[in-house]
Amino acid sequence: MSTTERTGAEHLPPDPARWREVQDSADFAELRRRLRRFVFPMTGLFLVWYLVYVLLADYAHGFMSTRLFGNINIALVLGLLQFVSTFVITMLYVRYANRRIDPQAEKIRAQIEGADK
Amino acid sequence: MTLAQGVAGSSPALNISIFAAFVLITLVVVFRASKNTRTAADYYAAGRAFTGPQNGIAISGDYLSAASFLGIAGAIALNGYDGFLYSIGFLVAWLVALLLVAELLRNTGKYTMGDVLAFRMRQRPVRAAAAVSTLAVSFFYLLAQMAGAGGLVALLLGITNPVGQGAVIAVVGLIMIVYVLVGGMKGTTWVQIIKAALLIVGAAGITVWVLARFGFNLSAMLGGAVEKGGAAVLDPGKQYGKTGLTQLDFVSLALALVLGTAGLPHILMRFYTVPTAKDARRSVVWAIWLIGIFYLFTLVLGYGAGAIVGPEAINAAPGKANSAAPLLASALGGPVLLGFIAAVAFATILAVVAGLTITASASFAHDVYANVIKKGEVDDKDQEVRVARITALVIGAVAIVGGIVANGQNIAFLVALAFAVAASANLPTILYSLFWKRFNTSGALWSIYGGLAVCVLLIVFSPAVSGNATAMFPDADFDLFPLANPGIVSIPVSFVLGWLGTVLSKERNDDKYAEMEVRALTGVGAEKAVQH
Repeated sequence: MSTTERTGAEHLPPDPARWREVQDSADFAELRRRLRRFVFPMTGLFLVWYLVYVLLADYAHGFMSTRLFGNINIALVLGLLQFVSTFVITMLYVRYANRRIDPQAEKIRAQIEGADK
Repeated sequence: MTLAQGVAGSSPALNISIFAAFVLITLVVVFRASKNTRTAADYYAAGRAFTGPQNGIAISGDYLSAASFLGIAGAIALNGYDGFLYSIGFLVAWLVALLLVAELLRNTGKYTMGDVLAFRMRQRPVRAAAAVSTLAVSFFYLLAQMAGAGGLVALLLGITNPVGQGAVIAVVGLIMIVYVLVGGMKGTTWVQIIKAALLIVGAAGITVWVLARFGFNLSAMLGGAVEKGGAAVLDPGKQYGKTGLTQLDFVSLALALVLGTAGLPHILMRFYTVPTAKDARRSVVWAIWLIGIFYLFTLVLGYGAGAIVGPEAINAAPGKANSAAPLLASALGGPVLLGFIAAVAFATILAVVAGLTITASASFAHDVYANVIKKGEVDDKDQEVRVARITALVIGAVAIVGGIVANGQNIAFLVALAFAVAASANLPTILYSLFWKRFNTSGALWSIYGGLAVCVLLIVFSPAVSGNATAMFPDADFDLFPLANPGIVSIPVSFVLGWLGTVLSKERNDDKYAEMEVRALTGVGAEKAVQH
């Protein structure tokens, strides 16, 4: 039940200069930029949203206890929205990674592995 | 209902038979899985042959521990909304793992967290530090799981004398050791998958049942909880809103929860069981969905237990908060459902402890034995796996003793401490290591040892350990630090120490960072699946 993976480890460039060369390449800079441009702001966003929620639950009891309908209050709705935002960010990241990150990574990997064959 | 009878309507024989059936089935699976466990990659990483969805289910099995199931349901039943806050922290934390850690870690490491942390550092000191913090986090987590076992035994088997409880804990520990020794990572992973499926299906069933009782009206169910527990159960602050200190404690807890997950070694190690970084991503996505949906169930389980069983009956039961979910099962489905849920709860403890044991043993054998003691030149690869197996035996023994000693502590709280240690000792180093070029050996050591030391010291001097009636040592009095959770201090301290240690040292290795970054982002040279 094992899965085959692309080969590469056997013909890795042993030369440190080769890694530096790839790292300095425009393609790699683009890959790094694409990854960081998504994950850093998104991490900041969900952490801030989580902290705002935590601080509200911790210090704004009156506001959070406001009943919206029946026994459903703002605290419960905001709590459930944390679930929604987590699911949404997960889906956005997968879509972004499939479209923008994977092809670029694939391209560079092919270059490195091809060059060493 | 007296203590000696456990839960009213509980049939110990039935509970034991259902659990025995689970053990039997999983043992067969583990023995079958063991046929292909030969090399270190097999033992530690299941030959990297699991698919993303399989690993995602196994991750949720690893993560949805007794703390999530029994602890959170109990916390919601007794403390209302404040219990729900645990679920949210535990879930949101997965975004850190998804966005920043999982794929990069899979591409650069082999078996352990130490592989990644030591990648561009001086190997021996950093690996030793990584192993120390892995063992520390695993120990706290282990203690949390085993602490739940004793109460569960009392509740489900009607055994209330400490010797009898100890004997059952020992049996659970021994079965766990068999899983790990025989099945390695592959066997353990299958145990996680089976257990996760049972747990999620069981929780879904009870959730639907509870909601059906209230005409599928969430508001009516909450109303039921209010009737028995008072209106405060719906509002935040019942547990943490009492004073300014408890409020601060809550912020501290929230930080530890959200930053701890991506530093838990037994979760990180699971990313090595899949063939590629893309599969690691897929695993996390599966895990997020399953864990998220499960936590929505626990909301219903917790409030449902509050509405149907009521806080008074829960507090009167052996195991208190931890018994809310089993009591709810008993109230709904009688002895059969209780037996099923009891077996699932035991299976949960068993599987999570097995996952922790294999992680801790891998870290000792691979980081300490192979790389620190043997300096990376183990003549015989089987020797490393042999050391891992011996370590697993020792850790199993520690788990049994720890379970007997920590019997009865609140498990969600103990797990929160494990998260605080993971967030303080591991996460800063992992992030610096993956994203900061200048980071070096000295920074890694300062951050790991500093974060770990500050975190553990603050726990020792916290009100959780001494100074009040609910502490571990109620008679002693050395609670110098006012917060029960140290995260708000220890996590920033660890980040600052990592930075300070780095800039005070001249070491920098740009070549190694180039290699690490290129590998991490592209997957060049990543460890591949083992062919059998």
